[in-house]
Amino acid sequence: MKRFKLTAVIFFAVLFICACTRPKENGKYGASMQIKGSDTIVNLIQVWAERFVADKPEMNVGVTGGGSGTGFAALMNGTCDIAMSSREIEDKERTLAENKNINPVEFIVGLDGLAILVNKNNPVDNLTIEQLRDIFMAKITNWKEVGGQDRKIVILSRESNSGTHMFFKEHVIRRGDKNSKDEFAPQSLLMPSSQAIYDEVYQNPNALGYVGMGFINNGIKAVSVAVNASGAYIYPTPDNVMSGKYPVSRPLYLYTDGQPKGMVKEFIDYALSDEGQKIVLETDFVPIIN
Amino acid sequence: MKRKILDSIIEKIIFICGILAIIFVILIFGFLLKEGFSFFKECGITKFILGKFWYPTSDPAQFGILPLIIGSLFVTVGACIIAVPLGVMAALYISEIAPQAIKDILKSFVELMAAIPSVVIGFVGMVTLVPLVRTLFGVPTGLTAFSGSIMLAFMAMPTIVTISEDAIRSVPWQYKEGALALGATKWQTIRRIVLKAAMPGIIAAIMLGIGRVIGETMAVMMVTGNAAHIPGSIFEPVRTMTATIAAEMGETVRGGLHYRALFAIGLVLFVITFLVNFVADLFLGKSKRK
Repeated sequence: MKRFKLTAVIFFAVLFICACTRPKENGKYGASMQIKGSDTIVNLIQVWAERFVADKPEMNVGVTGGGSGTGFAALMNGTCDIAMSSREIEDKERTLAENKNINPVEFIVGLDGLAILVNKNNPVDNLTIEQLRDIFMAKITNWKEVGGQDRKIVILSRESNSGTHMFFKEHVIRRGDKNSKDEFAPQSLLMPSSQAIYDEVYQNPNALGYVGMGFINNGIKAVSVAVNASGAYIYPTPDNVMSGKYPVSRPLYLYTDGQPKGMVKEFIDYALSDEGQKIVLETDFVPIIN
Repeated sequence: MKRKILDSIIEKIIFICGILAIIFVILIFGFLLKEGFSFFKECGITKFILGKFWYPTSDPAQFGILPLIIGSLFVTVGACIIAVPLGVMAALYISEIAPQAIKDILKSFVELMAAIPSVVIGFVGMVTLVPLVRTLFGVPTGLTAFSGSIMLAFMAMPTIVTISEDAIRSVPWQYKEGALALGATKWQTIRRIVLKAAMPGIIAAIMLGIGRVIGETMAVMMVTGNAAHIPGSIFEPVRTMTATIAAEMGETVRGGLHYRALFAIGLVLFVITFLVNFVADLFLGKSKRK
């Protein structure tokens, strides 16, 4: 009797565990896939996903944001099929992934300019990269030092899991120098999303923040950026990003585990197709030039 | 016979339910200890607790949680300063002064207050309170420890009011009548007799309120600005321990150093809330024995 009970318990336990595991291969049990990562491109991927499944009712695509780092972590932990990212995968992450038998393959699917946002009532229109760097490292703390009103600057940054945060740190604060140890000033406010940065800039005349170009609209002002004081100040438009004139721009990536197959491959092919690239432009990003 | 078996089965089920809570707490604590200690071994506990810089994703990473501990402390102390007098006075009014009809209405509203999800409180605070704090106090940004304190005070109030009200109501009526018979006014009775007699219960209520405030995450993350910088005043942005865990958990790779650092923060938090609850229990036990 006792033994029977034990067997029953084990049987149900095994059944329960089996029921909890997710089928790994795509397409076997009604195709579905998960895309996770950068908040910057989540809107673009969402539109791709919607159009992609429009004529394929048997397919299911889930898109979640959270930041590029979140996407890579999910790819490594096996909880997503594609990681979307606004920065390149780091060497450290690649080694971590390889230790877990995951082999990230990279696809560049578009370009993005980082817009530097200020409040509509802020008279500052132009900033150099050098000034931006000093502001974000809290060496410049008042707007009057860069030609604005006598107001304290409130620095808005994204959380450290954001690819935008990493990109900005590497290309503006460290100016591409791999050995540099410069950091965002500890005073910078780490906002949980690009929308939160937008909202704070919208209502606060002291604020300065960076977000993807897609966020530019009439509620706020994007400043023009020059590489140095003698250079031309360039406004972030798709044309300026495509031609490479706008200095704070970057590629947008998708990463898969190994060469993509089946549904994942179809999705990436769609993203790189003419139709997919047209959507890139529609969502205020910049298509890659073929 | 049958009844006896049924009886013993139900008794066992109830016993399991009761013991489960303890098992869960022990398991959680064990898990935190395991992850936290492996982190301390690698990075050192004093460097962790007294370190002034929190740059978890830099290379080399810096894990100093002093700004986070101070951030949590500022927000919590601020919340207490606001919520304790308000809460205790509200409890006094409800149990001693208010007529029956008002008492019923007030009590149900206080209970309703406890039912508002924290993310909703945070959202309302972000939209209404943050701009108000900035313009009212003339500070550079409204995302400050003070805004967090107000939101948290709002959330601690229901706990403080309901439990203090219980304590005040259980003061024996003989005490009050004795005081009044000796010619004390109502205010003298409340201040010298009722409050004194109910004090252990009120302190327990405050401690439980504090416990809730320290552990609160969502609302705080939305209104405090999340700057990992040691604040000079309550009108500066702060980053709390809970917000750090919530904001960064998604990006970390399971088993990585950053992941374990977040568990170490969890451990510190657990120890703090445990102490607070322990003190509350001491006072609660004292008030019961009387």
